[in-house]
Amino acid sequence: MEKNYMKLEFSSKSSNESFARVVVAAFASQLDPTLEELSDIKTAVSEAVTNAIIHGYEYGEGVVLVEATIENNSIEIIIQDNGKGIDDIDKAMEPFYTSKPDLERSGMGFTVMETFMDELVVESNIEKGTKVRMVKKFKSLPYEE
Amino acid sequence: MQISMDIINDNLIVTLKGELDHHTSEDARKSIDQQYYKNNLLNIVLDLRGLSFMDSSGIGLIMGRYKNCKEERGNMSIVSTSPSIDRILKMSGLLKLMDVYSNIDEAIKD
Repeated sequence: MEKNYMKLEFSSKSSNESFARVVVAAFASQLDPTLEELSDIKTAVSEAVTNAIIHGYEYGEGVVLVEATIENNSIEIIIQDNGKGIDDIDKAMEPFYTSKPDLERSGMGFTVMETFMDELVVESNIEKGTKVRMVKKFKSLPYEE
Repeated sequence: MQISMDIINDNLIVTLKGELDHHTSEDARKSIDQQYYKNNLLNIVLDLRGLSFMDSSGIGLIMGRYKNCKEERGNMSIVSTSPSIDRILKMSGLLKLMDVYSNIDEAIKD
């Protein structure tokens, strides 16, 4: 697959969560994914965007940036906010850990991203923001040099 | 997302249709809790068969309702037939706490 790139910016509103995952899924569809692969991508994007809105901007105003690059048989997805950042990334990535227990969050966001995608890297700086980079390799397309 | 609710004996039957994410889970939580406590019910059956999408916000919603049911000495069960939703349910460990049925009748019978 020839290299292809997209970029999307939107307000940190929860109504944009479905918008973001549908856009990335539509972009990924050119890789001829299975229904399961498509569902994995939608779920992972939804988790990262939700984190940006709830934790990055704490429901305040802000912009969420989503970029996706298709190359060969994989898609790289970057989801970035300029919010408050994460204190302790290792702690945040523990299954069931949530910094906001009063909100009935399951604490499964990063675990879902890790399980449904092939690679996950989280970078964060306090008061500067968080960048989540995920890669999914598609089984349906043979890798071409 | 659409939410509809029925009461059968002590059971609140909740049917969700559409996409369950952070945006839609808040309204669902309020509606379910309102019906459950207003009618002094015991059990909740959550029918997820009409969902086309669910992320970990759905897990949070289910966990919260499960806790409420346990506090009232009731039970919570799920109706689901979708492989993608079953996968996230399994990953969350929720299946160790509650049973999943393929239809509402079976869920009520237990």
